[in-house]
Amino acid sequence: MPLLSVDRVSFKYGEQWVLRGIDFEVEKGDFLGVIGPNGSGKTTLLRIIDGILRPQEGEVRLEGTEIGRLRRDALARSVAVVPQYSALAFPFSVEEVVLMGRSPHLGRWRFEADRDYRIAREAMEMTDTLALAARDMESLSGGERQRVLIARALAQEPRLMLLDEPTAFLDIRHQVDFFDRIRALNRDRGLTIVAVTHDINLAAHYCDRVILLKDGRIEAAGSVEAVITDENIRRAYETRVLVDRHPATGSPRITLT
Amino acid sequence: MTRFFLFISLLAVPAIALSVASRIETGKAATPLRVSRVCVLLFGVFAAVAAMAAVTGPHRIDLIALLRQGLAADTSPEHTIVFSVRIPRILLAAVVGAALSTAGAVFQGLLRNPLADPYILGVSGGAAVGAVLGIIAGLDILPFGIPALAALGSFAAIVLVFGVAGRRGETPSGTLLLSGVIVNAFCTAAIMFLISTASGTRLHGIMFWLMGDLGLAESGQALLGAVALLAGFAIIYLHSRSLNLLVIGEEQALQLGVDVEKTRRVLFFAASFITAAAVSLSGLIGFVGLLVPHLIRMIFGSDYRLLLPASCLFGATFLVAADTLARTALAPSELPVGVITALFGAPFFIYLLKKTEAGRCRF
Repeated sequence: MPLLSVDRVSFKYGEQWVLRGIDFEVEKGDFLGVIGPNGSGKTTLLRIIDGILRPQEGEVRLEGTEIGRLRRDALARSVAVVPQYSALAFPFSVEEVVLMGRSPHLGRWRFEADRDYRIAREAMEMTDTLALAARDMESLSGGERQRVLIARALAQEPRLMLLDEPTAFLDIRHQVDFFDRIRALNRDRGLTIVAVTHDINLAAHYCDRVILLKDGRIEAAGSVEAVITDENIRRAYETRVLVDRHPATGSPRITLT
Repeated sequence: MTRFFLFISLLAVPAIALSVASRIETGKAATPLRVSRVCVLLFGVFAAVAAMAAVTGPHRIDLIALLRQGLAADTSPEHTIVFSVRIPRILLAAVVGAALSTAGAVFQGLLRNPLADPYILGVSGGAAVGAVLGIIAGLDILPFGIPALAALGSFAAIVLVFGVAGRRGETPSGTLLLSGVIVNAFCTAAIMFLISTASGTRLHGIMFWLMGDLGLAESGQALLGAVALLAGFAIIYLHSRSLNLLVIGEEQALQLGVDVEKTRRVLFFAASFITAAAVSLSGLIGFVGLLVPHLIRMIFGSDYRLLLPASCLFGATFLVAADTLARTALAPSELPVGVITALFGAPFFIYLLKKTEAGRCRF
């Protein structure tokens, strides 16, 4: 049984269809990239997978269970989201933010136990944020904040991790650092990843499979080499591009022409 | 001399206690042990301030003699002053301060807005219209006449605000904030209209109510307020961890497993309820509900599991101290306590803001 199946999902805001007949599956251990131009429905798709939006047609199943049947806390124990960082209204320390990842595992009255502190500590070790534990979130750099958000998602002990344009505001070095860490989690720990990104080259470099969306439909899906081609990218983005091979890795590389 | 000494300690005891706490407690995660430690400390401070308040006033009280007589029924004037006048008033101040501070902390978190206070969603406006109408109609001669009308007014305002803001079972924070502001503005206009038609003898009563007045406290009122506060606080505290996540953002709270709509609804109503109870019993005491949660956050951090009980206890302490100043500073005449909370609160708050680094503070 696939870990995630998105079964002929259609979604509309008001009268406007944003997604039509989206259909794909994600196996355990996959690293799937979702790319597409602005307004193609990438983020809407992600919000349907994490249960924030309910599709009007079709359904999303997590290991066979329709996610609408799961309670929010049960869903949060299986699916974690690494969002873009947004400013906090009030100061919280790094450790407090990472411990929030334990929240879906705790009962209403319970405080974090030793086990929760240990899991949060491991998550911070894996993301090199342990040294920042006592720091205030607002005092961190963009790259550090994004690492803390990965640590929080890891503390949820999810089976599926969703990335929502997590590197949109990071420079090249931190983009690479971010995706290196995610790929290591994917390879070494078998964590399943679905990443929505604007950056076609990052998707080509890191993902095993890619879905290309255009106007709410799947334009192309499959291996990186099969999806990221001159023709597909030109059709989806309506922009002149050149796709060749990365000289070192051999993965597709796009250049504006 | 004694009175001067009492005055100073009334302010110094909480300040020193918080200063010591701010040195020990910064940057630690909230554990049950830490929450109880802070609560014990703050309860000790409250008890000390309340005891000082009980013996402070125009009439000198010999505390030793009073304690020697014990709680046995006594008809001496000292006994009557302390047990029938001052203690009910202290209890009411404590309940009102605790309720406003707790509600302020909740509203700041739910609306993710540091400027939020318990009055932001129109509860105060509705209560004020009710109370002013009652004073003009001369209902202040009835026991619980004004509080009942104020409570009625605040509940009408809550229903109105949520009715205006709600759509298909959802109440977005932005819409809620706007409809609260509008209801408050409307109520202010209504109050101005009522005041301009009121006779001179009623105006004094109206003004005192609008600026907050604990002078008519009775044990019955304090008890009623305490029951409302305990019920509301229990419901709110059950959702304290969810409140932390809501502060991070509603979407992220959902992703971390919070049933956001339900939690928000429960918290809004519980916080409005304790605000309505406080306002009905004491009038509009400003600044407490804004200042105390920020002060506690600066010292103990933003975790609501600690912030809520600490705000509750320190809010009680703060208002008891402020009310003691209000009734003794210009004795035998009294100031509205709202004047004191703002006069002392605002400069102190500015001092704290200046001392704060990245939102946390040691002073």
